[in-house]
Amino acid sequence: MKVAVLKGGRSFEREVSLRSGTNVEAALRRLGHDVRPLDVDRDLVRTLRAERPDAAFIAMHGQGGEDGTVQELLEILGIPYTGSGVSASERAWDKVVAKAHFTAAGIPTPAFYAFSQAAFRELGAADALGEIEMRLGLPLVVKPARGGSALGIRLAHKPDEVPSALMAALAYDDRLLMERYAAGRELSVSVLGNGDAEALPVVEAIPLGREFYDFESRYTPGATDLRAPADLPPGVADEVVRIALDCYRALGCRGFGRIDMILDGDNQVWVLELNTIPGLTDTSALPRAAEAAGMSFDDLIARVLELAELGA
Amino acid sequence: MATDHARQTHSQVTPQDADRYNARFAVRATKSKSSAMRDLMALAERPEVISLAGGFPDTASFPPAVFAEVMKAVEEDHLASALQYGPTEGLRELREWIVTIMKHERATATADQIMITSGGQQGIDLSIRTFIDPGDVVIAEGPTYPGAVPPLTTYEADVVHIPMDDDGLQVELLEPALDRLVAEGKRVKLLYTIPNFHNPAGVTMSGERRERLVRIAHERELMIVEDNPYGQIRFDGEPLPSLYELDEGRGWVIYVSTFSKILAPGMRVGWVAAPEPVLRKMNLGKQSEDLCSGTLNQRFVLEYLRRYDWREHVTRVNELYRERREAMLTALAEEFPVSASWTRPRGGLFVWVTLPPYIDTQDLLAKALDRNVAFVPGGAAFLNGDGRNAMRLNYSAMPPHLISEGIARLGAVVREMTEFYEGIAGS
Repeated sequence: MKVAVLKGGRSFEREVSLRSGTNVEAALRRLGHDVRPLDVDRDLVRTLRAERPDAAFIAMHGQGGEDGTVQELLEILGIPYTGSGVSASERAWDKVVAKAHFTAAGIPTPAFYAFSQAAFRELGAADALGEIEMRLGLPLVVKPARGGSALGIRLAHKPDEVPSALMAALAYDDRLLMERYAAGRELSVSVLGNGDAEALPVVEAIPLGREFYDFESRYTPGATDLRAPADLPPGVADEVVRIALDCYRALGCRGFGRIDMILDGDNQVWVLELNTIPGLTDTSALPRAAEAAGMSFDDLIARVLELAELGA
Repeated sequence: MATDHARQTHSQVTPQDADRYNARFAVRATKSKSSAMRDLMALAERPEVISLAGGFPDTASFPPAVFAEVMKAVEEDHLASALQYGPTEGLRELREWIVTIMKHERATATADQIMITSGGQQGIDLSIRTFIDPGDVVIAEGPTYPGAVPPLTTYEADVVHIPMDDDGLQVELLEPALDRLVAEGKRVKLLYTIPNFHNPAGVTMSGERRERLVRIAHERELMIVEDNPYGQIRFDGEPLPSLYELDEGRGWVIYVSTFSKILAPGMRVGWVAAPEPVLRKMNLGKQSEDLCSGTLNQRFVLEYLRRYDWREHVTRVNELYRERREAMLTALAEEFPVSASWTRPRGGLFVWVTLPPYIDTQDLLAKALDRNVAFVPGGAAFLNGDGRNAMRLNYSAMPPHLISEGIARLGAVVREMTEFYEGIAGS
């Protein structure tokens, strides 16, 4: 089978994507496929038309790859692709939209307020900060509405740390959300499948010497202890998995996805986000989850490819 | 060939094998971390980006005819030896030329005190490698050369930064720092400095401070590594005496320099001048790293020096850089808010900009890349997390009109951020 591996692009997560892409290409070659690596640029459509691959494996992270854009192009070209369709990608990519869907489906997600840069500039949203801080409590988390790898995410412990945290988030997107800080264990559940989705074992990320699971903890070998399966109290793992599958269905995902959540001190689960293209780097959670389920990396890639489809 | 390629064995290593290696890596190999900054910097290499991030000298101005003639001379007169291994310390005649070049930098050495290295970078690496055990203190300017960070990290140096001002390293802060470190039981082994046209700070150490620094080194028996890659890239004024010179042969200064800026960085030919016992250890270190620097490249540099006045190329690039520095300083004055400040280099390749403390230049870089302009966030020049509100701008690699355009785009982003912050913090 001729498989185009789409990677790179010019999102802030370009380098992470190249690392995922390299791993995917190696696996596909071992599986005997005819692999066409594509570092996506403005020639993408022309290249895909010329190559006519049987399927596209999207190993892109961030803007362009994870937001439904490349999926839309593949729909137009009629090339089946891995992962979620256009609409699910769009829903998951914007954390504000995703959280609205989670809330509507009764899935617990930390309380939040979202603002565009214009709201501060034109509507004096800054005057509401005091109330927001009171309602959400401190510390509070400030994050760009769209973006991955924890880029631009800040924890503001005191009111005077909020303005610079807002500014950091707005460097990555023109919309941000302020979220109640859920302190606890960092869990992720990877899900595989289309209609009949199934969850892989829960993975716990224990960042060593960091306040939260930030960029450095995510991609520096040895900076985070990834435990798969996570050691959870009886019943909690089932609950975590149930919630993850609810998230996957609530956004209408297919192929694969990874749900990131916090398990607080009362064993209450808080969903932070759903990634429609989970990292496939050497330090990523999904390959570890697969391993804990007895799936080799190649089995995992084969399965994701098998699930490739068309359909927005 | 094609069939051979097709038959090539595919790697059987998957992400699930990562722990296999992680468990085996040497401690020193695990010291360097992944960073968002490094990943963002990779985006600066895209063609549509005006990159003020690199530190690249202009190589387009090197005359092709000169290159051809020098290569021809190498081919006709020295081919066999240029293709052969050479002595670890480098070609004798080239070292003699370096003695002359160093005189122009107000540094007096003999050919025997000089070893050719693979760029000045190897000189830095060898200095640290020769002196630093894990935990030993290296005093460095704050900011320091970002390229010194990897060897300092690899050899597990405990780096203590001393701040700078317009006259370079604030030498008056050095003695209290040394007292404190000694009281803490630390072993202070080296002081690493770039006295001329500092990378990234863009400033030069004053004559008075140079004298005081060498005096302290003598009194406290502190080895100095004097890194001088930019001394010849001077737009006005006369060279100040080097620390190496001020040491008066007492052996407390290692001098590191390079042909990268006065000829071409692609040659990877640099040198160190050091006291004989130090040089012997560095020679052993170099044998382990690469046996000798590329003989062909050394020969090229030598034949070039024999045939041409090396100062001609320096004069040519200096004219170019002076104009580019002007373009950058003019654009900064026009485009950056009053809350920003920057250095006005009289040589070298860099301007160091300090922004209000609430701006994190790594976040700023993300926003700047969206507008297709790049710089080096200040955090890259510190090992202690400082410099987050600073940035390094390079002016040697871009023509003036692109520098102006780049600074205009950057200024717009900085203004947006400062206006946003002031709008909120003021309310």
